[in-house]
Amino acid sequence: MSSVREEGKDRIIFVTKEDHASPSSAELVEEDPNDPYEERGLILPSGEINWNCPCLGGMASGPCGTEFKDAFSCFHYSKEEVKGSDCLENFRAMQECMQRYPELYPQEDEKEQQQQQSSETKPTSQDSAETSGANSSATKEDSDTTKPNTDDSVES
Amino acid sequence: MLKCRTVWRTLAPLARTSSTVCRQNARRAGLNNGRLPACVPAAHMSTAPAGGGRENQLYVLLVGATCVGGAIYAYRTVKGDSQRYQDRIDEISSRPLKTFTEEPATPTQSEPPAAPSPAEPSPPAPDAEILAPIETADLPSADEPVIEASPEEAAEPPVVEPEPSPPSEPTPAELTEPVADSESPAAESAAAAKPAEPQLEAVTESGDASPASHKVSSHTPYLLIGGGTASFAAARSIRARDPGARVLIVTDELVPPYMRPPLSKELWFSDDPSVTETLRFKQWNGKERSIYFQPPSFYINAEELGSAENGGVAVLTGKKVVHMDVRGNKIKLDDDTEISYDKCLIATGGVPRNLQVIERAGEEVMKRTTLFRKVEDFKSLDKVSRNVKSITIIGGGFLGSELACALGRRSTESDLEVIQMYPEKGNMGKVLPEYLSNWTTEKVKKEGVKIISEALVKSVVSKDDKLEIQLKDGRLVKTDHIVAAVGLEPNVDLAKSAGLEVDSDFGGFRVNAELQARSNIWVAGDAACFYDIRLGRRRVEHHDHAVVSGRLAGENMTGANKPYWHQSMFWSDLGPDVGYEAIGIVDSSLPTVGVFAKATAKDTPKAATEESGTGIRSESETEHTASSPVASSAPSPTGVQHKDEYGKGVIFYLRDKVVVGIILWNVFNRMPIARKIIKDGEEHADLNEVAKLFNIHDD
Repeated sequence: MSSVREEGKDRIIFVTKEDHASPSSAELVEEDPNDPYEERGLILPSGEINWNCPCLGGMASGPCGTEFKDAFSCFHYSKEEVKGSDCLENFRAMQECMQRYPELYPQEDEKEQQQQQSSETKPTSQDSAETSGANSSATKEDSDTTKPNTDDSVES
Repeated sequence: MLKCRTVWRTLAPLARTSSTVCRQNARRAGLNNGRLPACVPAAHMSTAPAGGGRENQLYVLLVGATCVGGAIYAYRTVKGDSQRYQDRIDEISSRPLKTFTEEPATPTQSEPPAAPSPAEPSPPAPDAEILAPIETADLPSADEPVIEASPEEAAEPPVVEPEPSPPSEPTPAELTEPVADSESPAAESAAAAKPAEPQLEAVTESGDASPASHKVSSHTPYLLIGGGTASFAAARSIRARDPGARVLIVTDELVPPYMRPPLSKELWFSDDPSVTETLRFKQWNGKERSIYFQPPSFYINAEELGSAENGGVAVLTGKKVVHMDVRGNKIKLDDDTEISYDKCLIATGGVPRNLQVIERAGEEVMKRTTLFRKVEDFKSLDKVSRNVKSITIIGGGFLGSELACALGRRSTESDLEVIQMYPEKGNMGKVLPEYLSNWTTEKVKKEGVKIISEALVKSVVSKDDKLEIQLKDGRLVKTDHIVAAVGLEPNVDLAKSAGLEVDSDFGGFRVNAELQARSNIWVAGDAACFYDIRLGRRRVEHHDHAVVSGRLAGENMTGANKPYWHQSMFWSDLGPDVGYEAIGIVDSSLPTVGVFAKATAKDTPKAATEESGTGIRSESETEHTASSPVASSAPSPTGVQHKDEYGKGVIFYLRDKVVVGIILWNVFNRMPIARKIIKDGEEHADLNEVAKLFNIHDD
C-alpha cells in the first residue's frame, strides 16, 4: 500500500511495486510528427539528412565534414542494388581525409560509415564493436559507435 | 553644386518675399526705383503718394542696407559651412588607415541596413591584405553606420559613403573625396539650416569606435564571442548546417573549448597523478576522455580561416573582446585588433561571484580564496588541497556540494579537513524540498564533510597564517583555504558598447525566444536570459542548457528561426549513493509531490552508467535523443523497507497545478518521459498516476 505524507507544501508518497503495477491513467498529449520545433533524429521528415543530429557527434562539422557529408549523402540517396556501391570514390576521399587526422578519427571508425552514434555533449562513445570491454585503445577522442538508429526518431 | 544649393536655401525665403514685394511694387505704379534690385524684402507699410520723395529715399536707403546686410549674411553662412566641411574632411583624412574587407552590400541603404547576405562570403582577404579591399571601397557596407545615422534621409538617393577612416593611399583618397562630397547635400536636404555636421558626426562616432591602431583587421562570417560549451555547440551546429562555414571563436581563456562538469566531479576521482596536466578522466567503465571537446587538430589557425577551402573552426585564445560596434558589425579586441562579422554569438558565460566580506578582507585573505570556474582554478585547488590541512567551502548549491564531496573523498586519504558552510538548512536547499535536502546533507556528511548550516559569514580575517571566519551567530571557523561557490555573475560587459538590453530580474543579456538580441546577434549559455515558451523568461546555468542553447543559436544563425523548445536537463552526483537528473524549473519554494520507491543496490549513478554501457550519464541521456525512449525493464530485487529512505523516485515541481519541473531521483534514462510531461504543460489530477509512467521500480 502506498503511504502519503504531507510536510508543509511538499507531499511525499511511498509506493510499492504493486502499487505501480496497473497501467497509468495519466494522459499525455499526442505528438505531432510534423512539429517544426521538435528536435529531429538523423533523417528529417522530408527524407533529408539532419546533419545537426547529436547522434553524428562532430562528424559533419570537423575538418573532414565536407567529405563525410558527400559520402553519406551519396550513400543515403543511392538507388543501387548494393546501396552505396556508386559512392566508393566519396568514401575513399573521406577515408583519405580522416587518415590525416588520426587523433580525431581513430582508425577503427572508417568501417562505420552509417549510423554513427556519439553524444552531442561529449563526443566520445565507445565503438560498439568493442564493447566487450577490451580497452584496445586507451584514449579515444572522437570515436563512433554503430547503434541502429530509427529513421524518424524523435525523442519526446 | 554645394554653393548653389546653400545659396538657394538661404535666399529662398528672401526670394519669395521679394517676388511678392516686387509684384506689389509693380502694381503700385508710381514707385520706380531703378536702383533697387529685384530681390528686396521690402516691407512697405504704406506707399506715399507721388511727391513723398524724401521718405522714398529713406525707404530706399533702409531697404538697400537690409539687402546688402542680407547678402553679406548669406555669403558668410555659405562660406562658413564649406569651411567647416573642409575642416572635417581634413580631420578624417588625417586619421590612420582602418579598413575591412566587407562583403559588397547590395545598395539597400535606403532601408535600415540589414546584414549582408552571409551565404556568399566575398573572397575574404586574409589579415595582411589591404589593397584588394580598398578597391571595393566604392561599394562597402561599412557606410551603413552613416546611413543609419540619417534614416530620415531615406528619400535621398542612396549615398554611398566610405568607411570613416579612409585609407592613406592616394587612389582611395580620391575615391573618398568626391564620394564624401555628396554626403553633405544629403544632410542639407534633410534639414535646411543644419550643416553637414550631424552626418559627419555620425561618421566620426563610428570612426571613434575604431581608434588609432596599426593592427590589421579582418572579417569572419561567423563570430563567436566566448570559448565555452555554448560557443562550441554553436560552432558545431553552424558547420553542420552551413557547408564550408568559417567560424571564429574568440576567447580570453588560453585553452580551446572544454566541458566544465568534470572539473568538479570526475577529475577529482581520477587515480592518475598527472591529471592536472592531462585533464583526462576515467569514467566508471574504464573509458577515458579529455575534458576538451576536440583535440587541437580539430581546429584551424585563425590566419588560415579565410583561405581554408572547406572552412573550419578557428579559436583565437587569450583575446578579450572589449568593444562591440553593432552598427558597424564589428568588435574590437584588447590588442586593438578589429574583426568584423556577419553573424555574431555572444556566449561569454559568467564570472564567479564573491562574498563582499572576502573582497573587503584584504590581500592575505584573497590570496587564500578560490573562485572556482576554470581549468586553472581546478589546477590550483588541486594543488592547495594537497598542501593544506583545512579547506572551507562557502556555498551549498551544486558547485559547493560537488566540490565538498570531491574534497571529502580526498580527505579520507589524507588528513584534510573539509568544511562546508551555507545559509540554508541543508545541501541544495534552494533546489530540493526540505525533506530531501536534509537527507542529502546526511549523505554529504558521510563523504567526510563537516557541514555548518544556517551560516552567514560576518567577516574573514587572516591571523597567524590561517583564516578565521566569523559567523553572524558567533561561531568561529578556522581554516587554511576558502573556496567561494556563491553563484555566477553573468558577463554582460559588452552590453554597454553594443547597446544590448540586460535583464534586471535574472541578469544576463535579454533575448527573445529564438535567442536573438538584435538583428545579427544571438546570445546563448549562462549569459542568456531568454524567453522559454513553456516556462517563461529565465536564465539557466547548466551544461546541457549551454549545449542546447548553443546548438539552437547556431541553427538560428544559419537561418532556422526556431524557438527554445527542447528542454534542457541537468544532473548532479553527490557521492556514489546520491545522483539525480532534473529538468525544468526546480525551485524548492514551489510545492512538490514526491513519489518514492525503496532503494536497492542497483539504484546508484554507478549502476546506471554500467548498465547503459556509456561513460557519463549525460551521454546516455543524449543518446536517447537519437532513438526512441525506452524504459529499461530489468526486474529489481527486493530491498530493505525503509520508510524514510528516499532511495529512488520522482519529484514533481508544480506551479499553478502544472508540472514545471521534475527531478528523477536515482532513476536514470527516463529523461524523455520527463521532458514530455513538461512540454505538455497539462494539469494532472493525480501525480501518482503520472509517476507510474516512469517505472521507478524497474531498473
